[in-house]
Parts: sequence; C-alpha cells; structure tokens
Amino acid sequence: MNIVNFTPVESLLGGLIIGLAVAILYLLRGNYTGISGIYYNVIAVNKNGFVWRLTFIIGLVIAPVLLSFFPYKDLGFNMPTTNPIIVIVGGLLVGYGTQLGSGCTSGHGVCGIGRLSVRSIVGTCVFVGAGVLTVLITRSLGWVVL
Amino acid sequence: MRNIIVPLISGIVFGIGLVIAGMTNPAKVMGFLNIFGNWDPSLMFVMGGAIAVSLPTFLFIGKKMQAPLFNKEEGFAQQLKKDIDSPLIIGSAMFGIGWALVGFCPGPAIAALTQVDGNVFMFFIAMSIGMLIKKII
Repeated sequence: MNIVNFTPVESLLGGLIIGLAVAILYLLRGNYTGISGIYYNVIAVNKNGFVWRLTFIIGLVIAPVLLSFFPYKDLGFNMPTTNPIIVIVGGLLVGYGTQLGSGCTSGHGVCGIGRLSVRSIVGTCVFVGAGVLTVLITRSLGWVVL
Repeated sequence: MRNIIVPLISGIVFGIGLVIAGMTNPAKVMGFLNIFGNWDPSLMFVMGGAIAVSLPTFLFIGKKMQAPLFNKEEGFAQQLKKDIDSPLIIGSAMFGIGWALVGFCPGPAIAALTQVDGNVFMFFIAMSIGMLIKKII
C-alpha cells in the first residue's frame, strides 16, 4: 500500500458541507438525503413528493456551475475507465443495485450511519468491500491503471 | 418554502460539497477503493466529515424538535427498514461493483452532468435504466 493523491483538508471540508446539506433537508423538511431514492422517485414520476425531489436534483445539477464562479482548489476530473461496455455495465449495476439494496453512499453511508442504523452499516460495509475487491480484480486484469 | 427553497438549497449545498470533496472525480473514488495498490484515503475524510454533522442532526437536534421547521404537516420521515435481508446484501454488492468499475455513485454522477462528457452521460443513462429495470422486475 502506497498513500497517493491524499487531500484530507479539501475532502473533510467537502464532507462537512455534505453533512450541512443533510441537516438542512432533515431539520427544515424532515427528509433523508438518499440521492438514489430521491432521483429514482423523480424518473419513476412518483406524484407523492415529486416537486421537492425534482427541485433537489436540479440543485445538485447546477451546484458545480455556481461553484465555478468562486475560487476553490479543483480536485480535477478524470475517468480511468472509458470502455463503453464497462461504463454501461457499471451504470446498470449502480442503478439496479441501489434500488435493490435501497440506498447508496448518501442514503446508507451518510444518513444511515448517522442514525446508527445497523442495516445501513452492513450495507455500507458490503458496497465498500465489493468495490475494493472489484478494483483489485480490474487492476489485476489490466482493465484499469491506478 | 418546503417544496422549492429548502430542497433547492440542500441540493446545491450537497453538490458543492461533492465537488469540493473530490467525489465528482472518478479517479479519486477509484483511488480510495484501491486499498491494495496506490491508495487515496481521502474518501474516509468525506464520510467522516458528513457523518460528524449528520449524526448529531438525527440523534440530538432532530430528537429535540417536534417537527421539521417548515413541514409540520408531514413531520420527520419514518418507516425505514431495519432488517438485514438478502436484497440489502445482493443490491449493495452489485452497487459496489458498479461503483468500482467506473468510479461514480448516483450523487456525483448527477452533479458531474455539467462536465458535458459523453462517458458521464452514458453512465447516467445506464444508471437510470438500471433503476427503472428494478421497478419493472
């Protein structure tokens, strides 16, 4: 193991800001900031709570544009995997998996662990563990260089 | 307030947090999952920072409030599953594999749309289809 590209200050600050967004939605409106669930209910056109969910997603999309007007340390954008088959299979797995497992990094990882939910702690350990194993395999196969 | 202003501000703040944290950069996320190689531990600090705020929000501040400030009608969200069942394990494992293949989870994939990148768009469409397949099956 070699430690590389470590950005503890920016990442901790970003994490605190994400936590602030979670607190705003929960304390002012009463909802959990599980993004896979919010986004799914928008594209499935669930009429119950459609407007607030759509507004949240619009905020998420325009945020990087608003941020670009301010000076901040850009941590870059680089997709190590651009093979279209891997990108599509990855997208399908993320979409289907988050619905079957009822949560993603925000729903289980930030909100669920924040509530000390055992179900979310288990879910988070499973997706991080599966991710670590997957990178080990794809790197060994030469599909990705990290 | 509760249908436009609050969710819009929360979405914007969330997206800003994702970008500053480096989560919208797939290379950084894959670097975190590369524990057995060149490891970038930054994502632990993202989750740690977010939980440092979300935990007291749910367990202390929320518990002291009768109802959310601008939503007395619906109150705090309830009805969350508690059981550890096979859909949780299988779904989370599938999500973890997809996350590691490309380096995107749902939030950053949506926030990265403004990169106007063909691969981001392709991932976003596939993710959306994957979610809707789950609804049909």
